[in-house]
This record gives sequence, C-alpha cells and structure tokens, in this order.
Amino acid sequence: MRDKQIVDRLTSSFAGAGVDSDGALHSRLAALAERQGLLDVSYRTVDSPLGLLLLAATGEGLVRVAFSCEGHDAVLARLASDISPRILRNPRRLDDAAHQLDEYFAGNRRAFSVPIDLQLAHGFRRSVLEHLRRIPYGVTQSYATVARATGNPSAVRAAASACSHNPLPLVVPCHRVVRSDGTTGEYLGGPQAKRALLAMESAA
Amino acid sequence: MTRSRDAALPPFEEIVAEHGLVVLRVCRALLGPADAADAWSETFLSALEAYPKLRPESSIRAWLVTIAHRKAIDQRRGAARRPQPLGDLPEIPAIDPASGGESSIDDDLRAALDALPAKQRGAVIYRYLADLSYAEVGELLESSATAARRSAADGIANLRKHFSKGART
Repeated sequence: MRDKQIVDRLTSSFAGAGVDSDGALHSRLAALAERQGLLDVSYRTVDSPLGLLLLAATGEGLVRVAFSCEGHDAVLARLASDISPRILRNPRRLDDAAHQLDEYFAGNRRAFSVPIDLQLAHGFRRSVLEHLRRIPYGVTQSYATVARATGNPSAVRAAASACSHNPLPLVVPCHRVVRSDGTTGEYLGGPQAKRALLAMESAA
Repeated sequence: MTRSRDAALPPFEEIVAEHGLVVLRVCRALLGPADAADAWSETFLSALEAYPKLRPESSIRAWLVTIAHRKAIDQRRGAARRPQPLGDLPEIPAIDPASGGESSIDDDLRAALDALPAKQRGAVIYRYLADLSYAEVGELLESSATAARRSAADGIANLRKHFSKGART
C-alpha cells in the first residue's frame, strides 16, 4: 500500500457528518452556546411572498430583518462588526418571529408581539422607529407627519432616511410611511415590495 | 453585549462551516465516536468564547485543532471538568453516537493508528487529517518542525508496514 492510499484511507475512515448548519452537531452547538451565554446573535432564514428573509436576534430580541436583495451574507458580516462576531445559525431562537411573520403574510396577524432590540438605530432614527411602531395596520402616514410626530417638523428628509435604514422592516412598519403626494417612496426591499405590502394591508 | 474590537472577524458561523468537518475528523481520529461528538462541541464552544479576541492573522484551522488536541487530552484523562453535563440538558438534542457520521470506522485502521507511539500518531493526525504545516504540528507536539516531519513519516511507514503484513495473510 502506498503512502497516498494510507492517507486517503485515514481521511475517509474518520470523516464525519452533521456539522452543516442543519446537522445534529451544529444544532447542538448552537443550543449549548445559547445556554452558556456565548451566543450574541442567532439567525435563521424564512420564506415569504417577498422572497427569503433573514431574521437575526440578540438575547434582547429581534435585531434585524433583511430582504434577500440586501445580500444576507453582507448583512451578517455587518452584524459581526456592529454587534459581535459570535453569530450562529440557530433557528429555534427565532421560531416565534418566523411564525408571526407567516401569520402576517397569511393575513392573520396585524401586529407583532416579539421582543425587539433597536440597538442598530441611534438618536433621531431611533425616535422615528419608536413612532413607526405605533402606526396601525392598514394606515399610512407621510414622511412629513412622521417628522412632525418625532418633534422635528423640518426633518422630513431625515425621517425618510430613518425609514429607508430601518433595521427591522415589516416588524417596525416603515412601509406604512409614504410621500405626501401619495407615491410610495423608497424601501429596503424595493418599491414593488412596499406596494405589495400596502395593497395587502388595505385589502384586509 | 460585547462589541467587537476587530471589524474584520467574520460571523462565527463561517468558521464552523469552513472548519467543522476537519475538526470532526481530528476528534474522531483522536477519540471514539461518542467522545468525538462531545469533543467537537467543546472545541467550538471554547473557540466561540475566545473568538472576539482572536488576532486576525492567526491560522484559524491551527487554532481550532490546538483546542481539539487539548480537549482530547482532557477527555482521555477523564479530567474534563464540564460546566454542565452535556448529554443531560433537556432541550438540547443528544447526539446519537452513530451520527457524527459513522461511515463504518475501519477497526483495523483504528487499532493500527492507536498502536503508534504518541508522537507518530499525533504527527500523522495533525499533518494528514488536519492538514497543518510541520511547524504547526511541531508546536502542538512540543517538538520541532523537523522532528514533526520525521514522526509523520515514521508513522505512515509503520501504518504501511502494518497493512502490507495484513494484505499477505
């Protein structure tokens, strides 16, 4: 037997499985890491009528929802630098959020009750998000109204920017804010996604 | 919440995806299948804990294999002081020893590998299964790169001898 055959035999004989992100070893690692307080960000993906969504949560709550057009890998890399690189795929942690989103898209849910973590938004942007959370299902407001409600009537552009940088689209309903002339305005998931959401909510 | 000082570190998930199989192979060569699954989990838990402080220029594979090497030593000594018994957590799926990819570990090969002197066995595993450099293997085995190269060559030669003997019978 030649050296290479011996090495090949060693390699194949001790090969294992279960380490891919759906595997038993991986799931157990994520569960243990969470239990031992070593996991700062858990994530999973979920199918939706607007395409695959990435959901990420800290110990505090849901911290990021991302559309696939944002590039999920890029979003995770940003979370690693903005929050912590201790990030693992850990679907169970996000079961509730995924379930509530399913219900929302099925027309069976009008408000989300999962805890959220707004640490990715600061200052004025954060106040805008706090306000957005109070805009009810099926209702729209203009960017000017949002600026006024946040105590800064002249900051219309900044309010629009806060909406288009919302780290938690859908759950914090920035899609309910439209331009004063009635056109939809920008959206992280693209203008078509925003129109689809508004149509869905007004039909319900 | 810890804020990373080094923006260049990728999400830990990428580390598991890229190196999970190599670490499992090393754990399985060092320990039996059931212990290997535990050693794999403990290796990545320790790595996850230390990860935010990892220097970006480090070789991640060598770092992980070093942790696995220490976990295996602990387990073989039966000295592993675990913060909680790994198997008994109710919500945590236990690992079926047959998973961890029981592709019929070759008993003959296992016996031959275990029969090697410790340095040769380590050198074969870390050089050929973990694909570390001889310098890295030397560091792990507390010897030089030259000595590691010799141990790996001797180990392979002994395995070859074992198998050519077996082939004749």
